Amino acid sequence: MADNAGNGVGMPQLDFSTFPNQIFWLVVTLVVLYLILSRVALPRIGSVLAERAGTISNDIAAAETYKQQAAEAEAAYHRALEEARAAAARVVDEARAEIQADLDAAIAKADAEIAARAAESEQKIAAIRDSADAAVAEVARDAAREIVAAFGISADATAVDAAVDERLQRGAA
Amino acid sequence: MKSRRAGPPVFEGKTDVAEASGGLVIRPMDQFEVRPLFGGDTVGIFTITNVTLWMALTIAAVTLLMVVGSRGRALVPTRSQSVAELAYSFVYKMIEDVTGRDAVRFFPYIMTLFMFVFFANILGLVPFAFTTTSHIAVTAVLALAVFISVTVLGFVINGASFLRLFWVDSAPLALRPVLALIEVISYCVRPVSHSIRLAGAMMAGHAVAKVFAGFAAALGAAFFVPVLAVAALYALELLVAVIQAYVFTILTCVYLKDALHPHH
Repeated sequence: MADNAGNGVGMPQLDFSTFPNQIFWLVVTLVVLYLILSRVALPRIGSVLAERAGTISNDIAAAETYKQQAAEAEAAYHRALEEARAAAARVVDEARAEIQADLDAAIAKADAEIAARAAESEQKIAAIRDSADAAVAEVARDAAREIVAAFGISADATAVDAAVDERLQRGAA
Repeated sequence: MKSRRAGPPVFEGKTDVAEASGGLVIRPMDQFEVRPLFGGDTVGIFTITNVTLWMALTIAAVTLLMVVGSRGRALVPTRSQSVAELAYSFVYKMIEDVTGRDAVRFFPYIMTLFMFVFFANILGLVPFAFTTTSHIAVTAVLALAVFISVTVLGFVINGASFLRLFWVDSAPLALRPVLALIEVISYCVRPVSHSIRLAGAMMAGHAVAKVFAGFAAALGAAFFVPVLAVAALYALELLVAVIQAYVFTILTCVYLKDALHPHH
């Protein structure tokens, strides 16, 4: 070393007197590094990497399962929706048919009632007309008798009545 | 403090002379000197030197990132934990892709190499730092360790059939002995290129940075030109530091592949 420094141009790399020292410390360093790396650092980092790879693949598998489940749930939902729609349509149809039946019954009942009322009213009207006709005939007979009496002619009441009835019947005809 | 206390007297004197004479004296190689940290001039095998300091800092940096950074063990990582995981996955995938799945049992060794070279390179960019990987002594030991382990492993796993690595079956029979010779030579040169590539890249960049920095001191008013150059060079050096760590590790994986699967 002193020689190299002395002539100032030598390479310290070729100063063989320092070789044992360098080699000794190099071997010590390499052994220490090897022990640190192989005992502590590499197993630790390796296990972390393996753990991460395991976690990631597990997560991917779980995500796949969840996706599957979601697809199944969606299918089930759609199936349920279809069933509910069909059931609703059925219920609506049934309700409509029931209402229709009720309605028909009510209409029929109302028609019957209307028919009954109409018949009854016609009977009443007929009765009223009959009684009115009778009353008109009576009034006409009375009036004819009075008129005949007023002309001072004594006429047979029965003949007058018969003449009036005949006229009335002709008029009615 | 280091240079003040540990620098050899000759070195100090020389600097003083240079300053006194006012000449432009740049000493780009001084940063690579191995010096005792706590006084003394001699560097014995167990002397605590700047090598010791910067290798300890490398261990500290690796521990800070890989152990302290990942202490939360969070499922959703914090910033430091995700950087640690990034480093882990980066080297792990490199081994898987380059060497093969059966090579992951060597992951801790390769990770140790990568982490050491990476942080030694990066820490070497700290101003006034000592770059341990710029020394051929260090990179040669790393490369030789890889070379010897891979060769021994090749023979242990494959037996004598490991030699078929040098026997190119796809070539014409007459060429095979020649090719085998070339293959053996290229195989044996591997540790040389493996180590000199890293040390050379580290040394060259740091030396050039030091030269530019020296220009800045010498140029006076125009100091900003070399300062900008050093800034640009530092960006490049950061890239080189990362790439060299990557290259060193991937070559280790390639060599390991030959040991595990010697048949082309």
